[in-house]
Amino acid sequence: MTIMTILLVLLVLAALWASLTTLLLRAAIGLALTSAILAVVMYALGAPIAAVLELSVCAGLISVVFVSVISLTHRRPFQYYIDLRKNRLSRFWPLPIVLIALGIVLSFIHAPIQVALPVPGAEGDVRVVMWNLRQLDLFGQILILLAGVIGVLVLFKKETKDDN
Amino acid sequence: MTIDLPQSFWLYFIFFVLLLVDGAWCMLATYNLLRMLIGIEILMKSVTFILIVAGYLAHRMALAQAMVITVIVIEVVVVVVAAGVILGFFRAHNSLNVRHTRNLKG
Repeated sequence: MTIMTILLVLLVLAALWASLTTLLLRAAIGLALTSAILAVVMYALGAPIAAVLELSVCAGLISVVFVSVISLTHRRPFQYYIDLRKNRLSRFWPLPIVLIALGIVLSFIHAPIQVALPVPGAEGDVRVVMWNLRQLDLFGQILILLAGVIGVLVLFKKETKDDN
Repeated sequence: MTIDLPQSFWLYFIFFVLLLVDGAWCMLATYNLLRMLIGIEILMKSVTFILIVAGYLAHRMALAQAMVITVIVIEVVVVVVAAGVILGFFRAHNSLNVRHTRNLKG
C-alpha cells in the first residue's frame, strides 16, 4: 500500500467523520482535517500553489467561519444531543456501509478508458496561466468576491423602520 | 490526442466517488443548515480533488492549479455568504432546522 493510498483513505475517513459526528464543532474540525489531508495529496501530485491555498483558505479561513457561526448559535442542553444522536443514527448508519460497498464494487472495475485530450500547450508555470491565459477567470473571481462582500453587508445591515 | 488512462486513475476515481457520495449523503440526510453547508464543502473537496487528478494525468498541472484556485475562491465566497444567511435565519427563528424555512416571509 503506497503513501498515496493511505492519504486517500484518511481523506475519506476524515470526510466521513465530519458527516457522522453529532457535535457541529467536531464536524467543522473534521472538515478542516479533510482540507489539510487534501492539501497534502495536492502537494504529492505536484500542485504546491493550490495546496498552499487549500491549506490556508479552506483549512484555516473556512474553519474560522464555521467555528464563529457555531459559537454564535446557542448551545442546547446535553439531553438534546443524546436524543439527536439516536435520531441521527437512524439516518446515517447506512453511509459507512454504502461507502465500503461502493469502494469494493468500484475496485473490481478495471475497464480501459481512452480520453481525448487537447494538445498540451506551452503553459509552463501556474502564474503564467493565471495572469496571461486565464484573465477572464481572474475577472470572474474579483466579481464574485465583490458580490460576496456586498452580500455579507446586506445580510448584516441594521434593519430600519422604512425597510418594512 | 488520445491517451489511455493509467491504472492509478481508478484509485483516484474510487476515492472521488466515495467523497462525492459522502458529501451528497451529508446534505440529504440532515435537517441542520450548518451540516448541509458542511456537505456542500465535502462535495467541493471532491471536485477540487478530481480537477487536480485530471491535471496530473493529462500533464497539465498549471491549468489544473489555476482552475482549483478559482474553485477555492468561489468556495470561500459561498461559505461566507451561506454562513451569513444561516446566522440571519437563526436570529429570526432561533433554530437551524431546515423545515422552518417554510415560514419565510415573502
